[in-house]
Amino acid sequence: MDTVDGNAIGGLLQEVFGTEMTGAASVCGSCGAGRPVAELAVYQRAPGTVVRCRSCDSVLMVFVTIRGRTCVDLLGLASLG
Amino acid sequence: MAGTALRRRLTWQVAKVSAVTVETASVRTLTLDVPDWPGHQAGQHLDIRLTAEDGYVAERSYSIASAPGEPVAITVERLDDGEVSPYLTDELRAGDDLELRGPIGGYFVWEPEDGGPLLLLAGGSGIVPLRSILRHRERTGSTVPVRLLYSSRTLDDVIYQAELDQPARGVEVIHTLTRQQPPGWAGYARRADAALLAEVAWPADAMPLAYACGPTSFVEAVSQALVQSGHPPERVKTERFGATGGT
Ligand SMILES: Cc1cc2nc3c(=O)[nH]c(=O)nc-3n(C[C@H](O)[C@H](O)[C@H](O)COP(=O)(O)OP(=O)(O)OC[C@H]3O[C@@H](n4cnc5c(N)ncnc54)[C@H](O)[C@@H]3O)c2cc1C
Repeated sequence: MDTVDGNAIGGLLQEVFGTEMTGAASVCGSCGAGRPVAELAVYQRAPGTVVRCRSCDSVLMVFVTIRGRTCVDLLGLASLG
Repeated sequence: MAGTALRRRLTWQVAKVSAVTVETASVRTLTLDVPDWPGHQAGQHLDIRLTAEDGYVAERSYSIASAPGEPVAITVERLDDGEVSPYLTDELRAGDDLELRGPIGGYFVWEPEDGGPLLLLAGGSGIVPLRSILRHRERTGSTVPVRLLYSSRTLDDVIYQAELDQPARGVEVIHTLTRQQPPGWAGYARRADAALLAEVAWPADAMPLAYACGPTSFVEAVSQALVQSGHPPERVKTERFGATGGT
């Protein structure tokens, strides 16, 4: 499947964070690049979603949904929102 | 109002298809009757969820084709080998139920106060959210100048063709047909790239606000070309549909 971007996980993010996040600012923990969540690279392959930095390709966020519960890993981010 | 809409909990609900409109051989617009719809912004999308009898679930996103204030509609292009789109384009009829949640997104949206000039770049079904923006501009009486570059395979693949042939005042529509052109075609006949954008886009010093949408490869090509020719990345908004049909 082709890469999409942060817009594609707007619904998932709103479910996880309780608010609209595609316009939120993100900063990569590896290279420091800042961009709105909507502009991050997103790989969707059920049950997981991997979000990568568009500058250095580091993994910024991982979401895994199993039986209706979503586990979230944001360790690749220096900041969000 | 936008604030409440943003903080509202996103829940799945069952909408009813109220009309099916044929746009092209492979594209249908589904007008939806959504019981609990808080209103949307131009450029937002919604998520559709299909559940098979054995419990298998597939979710996909579809841009909202209608302007804020109009009945909710989505426009779906059938990918013959796709899991979800053939069901939406070929199976659904007026009166059928469809599970969805939305509206979603706050980045790839346009409001009149965001200004312009607006440079809209559409590949294939990427026209859908941009059509909502065009209608919103017209309905709000905005006079922001708009230039739309729309890349399709053939003339028969152009979605909303009749509507785009009668653009509102201040809107310029430029087509490029990448695979086949009708006899006497005077428009462009090549892929949207840096050279084509240099001809049709406003230069960077005009500070346009760009929205690029469609298959990922199309969006990457046009957004990179714009940034390389000096447009600031924060004025180039992108939305990638993945490996959708053609441009
Ligand atoms: C924010 C957003 C808005 C969108 N708006 C619209 C819209 O307005 N209109 C619209 O028509 N679409 C839109 N899309 C695209 C839509 O969400 C679906 O991706 C599209 O309808 C295809 O879904 P499908 O289930 O039919 O195809 P899928 O089954 O998902 O397959 C998609 C394509 O990828 C190929 N493919 C599937 N799996 C693989 C694999 N593992 N490896 C390689 N290739 C593979 C298939 O052959 C097919 O051609 C939008 C997407 C996003 C993210």
